[in-house]
Amino acid sequence: MSTLLYSDVEEDLRASVRQALDRPAGGDAWRALATGIGCAGLAVPEEFGGAGASWREAAVVAEEVGRAAAPVPWLGSVLGTAALTTAAVGTAAVDTAAPLSAGARDLLPAVASGDLLAVLVLPLSTPPGAPVPATVRADGHALTGSVTTVADAQGAGVLIVPTPDGLYAVDAAHAEQTPVTALDQTRPLSTVTFSSAQATRLGDGAMAGAAWAAALRIGAAVLAGEQLGVAEWCLSSTVDYVKTRYQFARPVGSFQAVKHRLAQLWVDVTQARAVARYAAGCVADDDPDAAVAASLAQAHCGPVAVRAAEECVQLHGGIGFTWEHRAHWYLKRAKAAAIALGTATQHRAALGDLVSLPPN
Amino acid sequence: MQTDELTGRVREFLAAHDPAGTQRLDFLRARFDAGLAWVSFPVGLGGLGLSRAAQPAVDAAFAAAGAPDNDPLSIGIGLGMAAPTILRHGTDEQRQRWLRPLWTGEEVWCQLFSEPGAGSDLAALGTRAVRGTGPDGTDGWIVNGQKVWTSMAHQARWAILLARTDPDLPKHQGITYFVCDLTHPGVDVRPLRQITGEAEFNEVFLTDVWIPDGYRLGGVGEGWRVAQTTLMNERVAIGGGAVPREAGMIGALSRTWRERPELRGPGTHDALMKLWVAAEAGRLAATRLREQLAAGQPGAEGSAVKYAFARLNQEVSGFELELLGADGLTYDDWTMRRPSHVDWENRSPGYRYLRAKGNSIEGGTSEILCNIIAERVLGLPPEPRADKDVAWKDLPR
Repeated sequence: MSTLLYSDVEEDLRASVRQALDRPAGGDAWRALATGIGCAGLAVPEEFGGAGASWREAAVVAEEVGRAAAPVPWLGSVLGTAALTTAAVGTAAVDTAAPLSAGARDLLPAVASGDLLAVLVLPLSTPPGAPVPATVRADGHALTGSVTTVADAQGAGVLIVPTPDGLYAVDAAHAEQTPVTALDQTRPLSTVTFSSAQATRLGDGAMAGAAWAAALRIGAAVLAGEQLGVAEWCLSSTVDYVKTRYQFARPVGSFQAVKHRLAQLWVDVTQARAVARYAAGCVADDDPDAAVAASLAQAHCGPVAVRAAEECVQLHGGIGFTWEHRAHWYLKRAKAAAIALGTATQHRAALGDLVSLPPN
Repeated sequence: MQTDELTGRVREFLAAHDPAGTQRLDFLRARFDAGLAWVSFPVGLGGLGLSRAAQPAVDAAFAAAGAPDNDPLSIGIGLGMAAPTILRHGTDEQRQRWLRPLWTGEEVWCQLFSEPGAGSDLAALGTRAVRGTGPDGTDGWIVNGQKVWTSMAHQARWAILLARTDPDLPKHQGITYFVCDLTHPGVDVRPLRQITGEAEFNEVFLTDVWIPDGYRLGGVGEGWRVAQTTLMNERVAIGGGAVPREAGMIGALSRTWRERPELRGPGTHDALMKLWVAAEAGRLAATRLREQLAAGQPGAEGSAVKYAFARLNQEVSGFELELLGADGLTYDDWTMRRPSHVDWENRSPGYRYLRAKGNSIEGGTSEILCNIIAERVLGLPPEPRADKDVAWKDLPR
């Protein structure tokens, strides 16, 4: 098992990402992140112009994205890039006898440079172990069908579309996007509709299945990093607030009812950090335990982020309920992220199968 | 010293002391004298002055050779609490006298800290030590009081003891730290029967017990500061030890689930998996804490590990009992046993449920741990202290 601590390189990356996300509104945070720091190519192999780092580093980026509740398409980028790299180089977890995708290899350099945002077309609520959906059909090199609540597709250059018959890439200009009014105001959702859209076939149905499964697993692990970041921000901003907010002539943080709630939340966040690091390490190393680690991370970190955001709202009192304060962004982000890529309940059910604890 | 060199030393030692052909105690004494007992201790006191991180390789090498060990589970208080305190605060003479037989297990240690009137508020303790002259005419202390929750007192030769030497000072200032010889007259150890029916613990009554001044650890009135070494090591000891997945109570519960399909149901499956996830999260957090400590990073997570462990054990054992239905109504044995350590594995689920209730009380209650986390980690304001600048004797009780 790889370390659960952060390396110096990861801490440097964290500092850069934090600085990039800290810029005043109006700046192009995504461009700074993807191209400026080179996050887009972090987990892409060097032979395709990537940094040859891993999903472990991608998870550190996610932590900072979560901490800032930043409206950048990091999760969408991770899902799309994970599908493409799997198609291009395979994974230990799937049958690599399938021929690797030349089409995916052609796309990766532009993706790695940050110039081309590739987003995987799937309903954000897709649970672990779900089969490739049949909502989009291929007729030769033309796709027809519609997928709801797709995350981060609005800025995408290319859409990666898994279907039961094959894996396809579609120029985003050839798809119709209808924005959805989302619960989470920091992660744009849209309905993506293909009407005989011209597509490039990247691989067959088996490859679509492998890319789909790997992307869901990697996405779950990286999303746990984002949830950790959300939880950390909620905890630290709440701790700061209750030290300075006076009622009954005392800081409200001096009341034991408040202190103990925050101490318990700190315990939960401490565990979430270990769990998220473990999941990131497992998907980075293509560890045999990666599926368990990813579902464990979603089963644990999703609820911790929600609890942290709910505590943040409650312990901020009146102001936490208003748009005067940032807390509401985090609550919405946390709750939506707890549904994204499967709820905790769905991941617990998946874990039961994975660790031989069957339901009946 | 590199790991290779260290395991080489173990090999040399084993070549000179055949584990199969050497008496257990002789073997352990020789291991201590070779500096291979606790390698982080100084040379001459059972160690080689190495880092704590070097210890597991040494223990593993001895275990692999089938060498006898010092039964660390049964002498945990001596190893984990008394020894670091004697090392840090004892005189050379005290270290030489006590550490070797402590490590070999020849002399068992216990801890006389808690009292009926001083649990979480340990510094309020009222056992009195008054200066006096011993049977041999030397200077020392006469001790009177009552201690509770004392594991191993019925087998121990020595105790680390906190007693009040000046009741006119505020409570933290008038305490002195002693080593008490439990064979001295006036020591009365009585079993304290617990919720489980067994008696791991004792209450210890001290009536005019003589303690030579040479058995004092640290200065007069310095006892609270000295005790911090002991208590810090208690939490490290409780949080320690690398464990595999499904170790501990969750393992017993998972086995029951796998072996008894008739107990399964849709309502209980999600509850089971919630506990499995919580156990795994706690295990990984403890693993990460050990990595932090090994890397020399401060590990405030120790309190978190202990807090979460208590909560998890109580939830898992409570769930297991309900899952068992009719079998959950039974109990294995109410005999008053005198165990030297907790046997989670071989006792019944009812025992696990009841014993786990102690996890959130022993070694710092969960409420005190929350205060510690809130104040020392999160920097939240301390509890209001009405007892800070008041003489101990004037405190309300």
